[in-house]
Amino acid sequence: MLRKLFVLFGAAILVATACSDSADGDQTLTAESVAAADTDGVTIRLLTHDSFAVTPGLFDSFTADTGITVEQVAGGDAGEVVARAVLTAGVPEADVLFGIDNTFLQRGLDAELFVPYESPALADVPADLQLDSEYRVTPVDFGDVCVNYWVDQLPDGEAPATLADLAEPQFASTFVTQDPETSSPGFAFLLATIAAFGEDGWEDYWQQLADNGVTVTSGWEDAYYGEFTAGGGEKAVVTSYASSPPAEVLFAPEPIDEPPTAVLLDSCFRQIEFAGVLAGTEHPEAAAKLVDFMLSETFQADIPLNMFVFPANETVELPEVFATHAEVPSQPLMVDPAEIEENRAAWTERWAEIVLR
Amino acid sequence: MARSGVRPSTGAVIALVPVAFLVVFVVWPLVAVGVRSLAGVAPERVLEVAFRSTTRSVVGFTLLQAALSTIVTLVVGLPVAQVLARYRFWGRRVVRVVAVVPFVMPTVVVAGAFIRVFDRVGVVEARSLVAIVAAHVFFNVAVVVRVVGGYWADTDRRLEDSARMLGAGPWAVFRWVTLPRLGPALAAATTLVFLFSFTSFGVIRLLGGPARATLETEIFRYAVRRIEFDVAAVLALIQLIAVAALAVISGALQRRVAFVQQGRRRSLARPAITWAERVHVGAALLLIAAVVVVPMAAMVEGSFAVGDGYGLDHYQRLFTRGDLLPVSAGRALLVSLGFAALAAAMAVVVGVAAAVTVVRGGRVGRTLEALTLVPLGVSAVTLGFGYLLAFSLFELRRSIWVVPLAHAVIGLPFVLAAVVPTMRSLDPRLAQAAAVLGARPRTAALTVTWPLIRPAVATGAGFAAAVSIGEFGATSFLARGASSFTAPLAIFRLLSQPGEALRGQALALSVVLGLLVATLTAIIEWRRADGATLL
Repeated sequence: MLRKLFVLFGAAILVATACSDSADGDQTLTAESVAAADTDGVTIRLLTHDSFAVTPGLFDSFTADTGITVEQVAGGDAGEVVARAVLTAGVPEADVLFGIDNTFLQRGLDAELFVPYESPALADVPADLQLDSEYRVTPVDFGDVCVNYWVDQLPDGEAPATLADLAEPQFASTFVTQDPETSSPGFAFLLATIAAFGEDGWEDYWQQLADNGVTVTSGWEDAYYGEFTAGGGEKAVVTSYASSPPAEVLFAPEPIDEPPTAVLLDSCFRQIEFAGVLAGTEHPEAAAKLVDFMLSETFQADIPLNMFVFPANETVELPEVFATHAEVPSQPLMVDPAEIEENRAAWTERWAEIVLR
Repeated sequence: MARSGVRPSTGAVIALVPVAFLVVFVVWPLVAVGVRSLAGVAPERVLEVAFRSTTRSVVGFTLLQAALSTIVTLVVGLPVAQVLARYRFWGRRVVRVVAVVPFVMPTVVVAGAFIRVFDRVGVVEARSLVAIVAAHVFFNVAVVVRVVGGYWADTDRRLEDSARMLGAGPWAVFRWVTLPRLGPALAAATTLVFLFSFTSFGVIRLLGGPARATLETEIFRYAVRRIEFDVAAVLALIQLIAVAALAVISGALQRRVAFVQQGRRRSLARPAITWAERVHVGAALLLIAAVVVVPMAAMVEGSFAVGDGYGLDHYQRLFTRGDLLPVSAGRALLVSLGFAALAAAMAVVVGVAAAVTVVRGGRVGRTLEALTLVPLGVSAVTLGFGYLLAFSLFELRRSIWVVPLAHAVIGLPFVLAAVVPTMRSLDPRLAQAAAVLGARPRTAALTVTWPLIRPAVATGAGFAAAVSIGEFGATSFLARGASSFTAPLAIFRLLSQPGEALRGQALALSVVLGLLVATLTAIIEWRRADGATLL
């Protein structure tokens, strides 16, 4: 009898799975249709990565204005979020996705995850952040992955000025970075070197780094808190973020005036984070209103101190600790998202051959 | 147990609970993710991935590190289990409780402590196979100490004493008298430790360094970084095959019990009398101290270190400001406790029903036994993705219940490991005697069987709660914002940005979490003077 039950359950599952495969038809969104839509009482689910954070109560004004309740779904790191969105494409678990960055963007576009929507709020966002001309995704924030160093732990007291310096004997065995295949800043730094040295030069550069005793960890935490001076380690140079020095000030046990770390501006790779309305949502207009809100002053001003990245809306004022201690490179390194997607496997495998063997 | 009548037998009704639970929360998600990942993939591609040279070396390393971790865990854990079962000494309860604490320690924090310790000692590389094995021993030694130790304490020591009296040496007694009787618990504990190491993720990533890969880390890499779901699915299938093989071996070993316990609860432990015995107890305790206490001490020290001195600053800041946390640290601890209570309750109800079915045997029992191991033996990514696909139907994936449910699924095998060996060893004549004296089956179960298995159920419940409190992978994947923000998520969040104060708060929260679980375990498992537990 129990065996029959097993079989019955199995059959029910297969039928259920087959039935749930029907995706919705075309969805189009315009600023007018969104503004006109009655969204009172709608609940919108926002799928984000674990690093997403807002000041409690931030969505209250949004709810008051639109009648929309926002429910947050944290889905692992940035890569996991994209992976789960691709896996459930067409039958999304949420209505809006936030946190897909330019290193994963093309993958999301290829999987047709998003409904195009040109938010009127984009007027305040610089053009160089708007990577998708079809408006399937909307830039919300940006940050730079940069080489950081502990100022008073440098050999000979001299700071590196360029990426090439890190391959010099002076910086032998002082640099720790992350595996591009397991770490988002690690991958961003690999892309930085590809952008800086070109398709022909980056492999040589990494060979030099490897010969110079670069250390590689799996993730940011064990690089910053394990090998780097910050956690009591012996490496004075680490791959981290442009926002790390202000964080060091903000989270110092005793108030300090100057961060103990600084950024090598020449090494910065720009990560832009996007939001998009997920195709298959039952509430596209309400979802689009949330995207608008994410570009509003209220939301944008809340970003720096919660997520340690910069607001995409350039009219928004930065908090003081950012204005004083964070440096934004004027010419950050970038690689085209389509090119990243096409070469991801080849680049990381080649990198592993050079560095890990 | 021949029964007659038209009503469905009690056994079938009891079996229905775990069968339905496992089909819905394990089989269905796995089928869903398998169908989605492998639909339209050519069989040649599957074979190509399965027999690649890289796959072979990954499988090889996975099995090697898991086997080594299991062996070393047994070598460290068994002497401690024996000492706890056979001797009464000051601090015995403390050792039992402290052994559980590693279970809830966040991998990131533990790995940091290990790297620090290895660097300071300087004999072995901080990132090496040795480091991986050491961390696995740290996390898993509790399984051996509790599962085997609890069972050991209930075996009659007089048999060993008789053997000694008849002239057998200590080793001969262990080999021919003790070990065979420990068989079921030993097999259950070994299986759990092996599976834990087999699917370990954080330890491999952090202590193995980037060049080392296991099936678990490769599944994550292909599914999440590369989005090559077909490759990930093939690797997941290899994991499933390994789990199935292990389940068959473990099941066969556990069923080979020939020894019937007397069902006595009275503790047979006695103080160490001779010097040899005292040295023996001391050595076993030193061993576990080296493995468990040293890394924890490094964490505790870090939580008090402020600048160049020590102080309570991190604790104060954690509970007053709680930098970066969407809810207060106290609230996160409460959420963790709530989930743990729910998960443990579900795991115990389903687990005891499953144990009854497993002990009854038959094909359903054997299948069930193997199925409970699956959540431990397949990767968290596979199961997590399965949940997303399978539960789109009722939108359970959007419910907050999915987190404690997932915790219950993971805690279930621990309940079985504690309960099944004890139930198997019960003397059937006790229940028969009750029946002869006129007790109905239900009365016999409640008044005879239940009191005898209660300590084992308590051990299982404690484990399930500890697993839930420490769980990170599934929680981070299934969590829904502030309402399911648990303490491990908070620790991870604190470590996501630079700043000494954040690191200090993360360590402080880890210490609080450890204290919490120790207290909880002590309460659940407090054996009264007559040996009964509070549960």
